[in-house]
Parts: sequence; C-alpha cells; structure tokens
Amino acid sequence: MVNGRLDRESVDAVLNDLDEYAIEEALRIVEPLNEGKESPEHTITLISMGPERTTEAIRKGLSMGADGGVLVSDPALAGSDAVATAKVLSKVIQDGGFDLVFCGTESTDARMSVIPAMLAESLGWAQLTFAGSVKVHAGAKSVEIARMTESGVETMSAAFPCVVSVIEKINEPRYPSFKGIMAAKKKPIDTKALADIGVSSGEVGTTGAWSEVLEAQPRPPRDKGVKLEDSGDGGTKLADYLLEKRLV
Amino acid sequence: MANILFLVDHDGSKVAKTPGELATFAKRAGSAIGVILANNGAGDALAAQLSGTEIDRLIVVENDEISKHGIAAAVSALAQVVAKEKPEALLVASSARGKEIAGRLALRIAGGVITDATDFRSDLSTTQSVFGGSFTVNAKVKVGTPVITIRPSSIEAGVASAAASIEKFEVSIEAKDKTVTISNSQPPVKGGRPDLTEAKIVISGGRGTNGNFAEVEAMADLIGAAVGASRAATDAGWYPHTHQVGQTGKTVSPQLYIACGISGAIQHRAGMQTSKTIVAINKDPEAPIFDLADFGVVGDLFAVLPQAREALKAKRA
Repeated sequence: MVNGRLDRESVDAVLNDLDEYAIEEALRIVEPLNEGKESPEHTITLISMGPERTTEAIRKGLSMGADGGVLVSDPALAGSDAVATAKVLSKVIQDGGFDLVFCGTESTDARMSVIPAMLAESLGWAQLTFAGSVKVHAGAKSVEIARMTESGVETMSAAFPCVVSVIEKINEPRYPSFKGIMAAKKKPIDTKALADIGVSSGEVGTTGAWSEVLEAQPRPPRDKGVKLEDSGDGGTKLADYLLEKRLV
Repeated sequence: MANILFLVDHDGSKVAKTPGELATFAKRAGSAIGVILANNGAGDALAAQLSGTEIDRLIVVENDEISKHGIAAAVSALAQVVAKEKPEALLVASSARGKEIAGRLALRIAGGVITDATDFRSDLSTTQSVFGGSFTVNAKVKVGTPVITIRPSSIEAGVASAAASIEKFEVSIEAKDKTVTISNSQPPVKGGRPDLTEAKIVISGGRGTNGNFAEVEAMADLIGAAVGASRAATDAGWYPHTHQVGQTGKTVSPQLYIACGISGAIQHRAGMQTSKTIVAINKDPEAPIFDLADFGVVGDLFAVLPQAREALKAKRA
C-alpha cells in the first residue's frame, strides 16, 4: 500500500481468477449460437480499466476465445473508488451497444463485490448476480439465473439488457489453446483515455472519490503464541487453555 | 441529534442477529432507526423479535414487490426512507445482498460507500481490514450520506429495556426497479449449527481430516461453533463449498477460530487471520498456521479433539 491506496504498480496485471469464470460462461453461451454461421452473429468484448499493462490480462481472455477488448487507461484513474469504477465501466458499456455484461463476483484484491450491482444501477439494467447457473434465451432476449448466496438459492429472470455476475462453481474455465494464444495476438484491444469516453478526470481518481482513506497500517504481527507437542495430553491442555481464557 | 438508519436483515419470518449489533453501532453517533422491508402483513412479527435491542425507532415498510423483484426494489424502498428521514448515515450488515444494496443505494442517493467495516465511530469514520487482514484501514465517506456495510459479529449487541416505537411507511416501487422477477426462493440448507459468518466460534477442518469431519463436527456441537473448511477440503468434495473459509470463500472474524489439520496457506489465512484468538492443531510442526496461532498443538487432530472434548465435558459437569 502507498498513501492509503492499493499500490497497483508493483503487482503484475493478471486476469482476475474470478473473471475467468465469467469469460468461460459467456463463451459457453455464445459458441452454440454462432455454430455454423459464416461470420459470428454474437461477439464477446472484454472491458477493463487500469494501467496499460492491463492489456496482458485482456490478452489472456482473448486467448480463451473472446473477440476483442476495450481498456480504459488514464493516469487520472489512479485511486478511483467503486463509484468511479462503476461510472467509467458503465460509460464504455453504454457506448458499446451490448445486450449482456458478465462479471466475476469480486476482485481478488479489493474484494468489495459491489461493482456488478453498481453497474446495473448506473446503467439501469436488470441485475442478475451471484449466478450459479445461467440460461440465456437468445430468441426471447431473456436470461434466467439461479442466484446462490448465503441466503439460499433464488430463481430469477429478466429481459435484456442484464448485468450477470457468476460464482466460481458455475463452470471450469478452459485453458487457452496454442491456436487461441496465437489468434489472440491479432485480436483488437481498443485503449481509451477518459476524454475518449467523455468522463472528466475530476469524477474519478483520488479527487473524485466519495470516500477517503484516513490511515492505513499493516496489521501488527500477532503476539507469539504457545506451541506444544502432543505427548498424550495435548487435548486436555487445549481444553484447559480454552476454559482459562473463557473462550468456550 | 443525528439519526442513523440501518437495514434490518431477515429471512421473511425471522430476523438475523445483526440488527442488534447495527443498533449498538448507530447509538454511538445518534439515535438508532431500524428499517424493516417486509411482505404485506409480515412487519409486526419481525419488529416484535427486536425487543431488548438498542433500537430507538423502527420503520416498517410492507410491500410484496420488494421480495418479488429483489435488490433494485429494496434499494428503491430504502431510498424513499432515506429521502424522508435524511439520516447522517445508513448501515447495512455485510452479506452478498447487503453489500449489493449498499453499492446501488450509494449511487442512487449520491453518497460514498464503504464495505466490510469492522468498526463505526461517532464521527462516522470506519475501520476496515483489507487484503485478507494484512492491513487495517481507517476511512470516511466525504460526499453525500455515507452508506456503510458492517461485518456481522464486529460488536457485542447492547441491551435496552425501552421498546422501540414502530411506524409504518408506504413506498411505491417504480417500473425500472421491477425488471427482475424472482420466481422461486429456497432458504439455505441449515443444520443446527450457527452461520459461519455470524458465529462467535468457528472450527475448521482441512487436508488433515482426510475427509472425516466427524471429530470437527462433534467439537463444533459441544462448544456451539460453526463448521468451516479449507479450500483443499471443499475441492476434494469433503465438505460443501458454502463452508469454505479463505480468499475465494467466506471471511470470518470470530472470537475463537480452531484450525484442524489446516496448514495455513495464504489462501486460507486471508479468510480467518483477523479472528480474535486462533487455535491450531496440526501434525506438521512447520505448518505456517502455527505462526498465527495463539495456542498450537502439534499432534493428530483425531487424538487431540476427542480428548479435549472429554476434558471440556468433565470440567463442565
């Protein structure tokens, strides 16, 4: 962390594991629809925001089979909060004429899991999130999902356009094939600055954030605990510890 | 005096354990006003379950469209309550649904959002634990009405004897918030054990169980703990994925966490290292879980757990 911000410069830009499930699910929906067609009727575009290096992550998704990518990259985006992220991504989605957006349920770093819902809010699209299964009725232009959370399973449906987020048990993402990796090198990634999508730099980044970090500290190391070898009375000693500390 | 609104979490007939906790946080900054979103006719029975908490007022919204159309409809209803009450902040319990409601509501009422706080202070600032508990962050919303989600079990709910006043509030859900239709709802399959994210004690099993969770479960039932599992155990099919603790599973922060046969890979630690007290049982003295443990036993969980259980029973008798 640097100045209360996640230091995204010092880490590799890798495709979020959880996004691979979203890409896989989108591929599984689009591939049968395109089968036997001269030119694909349905295409998949990967959208991201981040530093230029993010193209590496997008390229991995393209090698799985997506058709193209859009990356919003701008120095002013550094320090953006969830609100700004939703604004930027929904602008790109609006301009792209898409029917469906697939997302992972959360990033593996900031872990807020709110972006899909916030995209639905700012786009005014139907929110079908935490899907453990997805059925797309392309003819009827509708989607049905089984939403799986700690509150149980809900069957829900909506007409296009929808924002769908998928949980990791939904599928087993494919490994890019050699052919896929080669093909991905020729696929287009459109890199846009904020000005290109009509978002002002004041709405994003640290200045545009609606919340601020006052202080960030590494968690103090835990006090060194007791470690003992079980020589026949480990269980009894454990019970004594729990009782003495009034933990049970 | 500042008004702090919070959403009362419930499953339709039973309120969760979080409203009492949110009320106690709210009281730090002002009066605690709970909002119940319920089906027609279900509000009073839910409100009745909140006696003894520190809630000052309860606003009961009864509208069948909220449970039928899901999160957007709940956001619509809450936004109408916020417009009427003009609170200083709105608190929601952290859950998949709670965070989604918070995120959307923040955009709708143009306020900043903070998720997964573990503390909320009278100046409306929060504490969050980020990157799997390796950093502690103090944050504050600087634009609009703050919308804050708070992790369950972050505070001991206070007790009050005065009953909350109850008032009904009518909302109308706009067509744009009814685009999703929920046709079927199945509650989670529950054993008799507490919810993983709400439990005061969590006992988890990993690779060292070899697929046999009987001892872990027996101890859980004796001490009233929830049962968790490492990714190794859930991937092997030994325990349901819904019980996975770790980076790609649940994050828990109980008073006591007991790791049995879990090596303590970073993946797992990210989901439990903010637990107040950590106990580890593992055969491998070099297992990284011991670096976190307040009390560690190097030994076989199938010997240690039954002996500990007998000792606890004997001391209690």
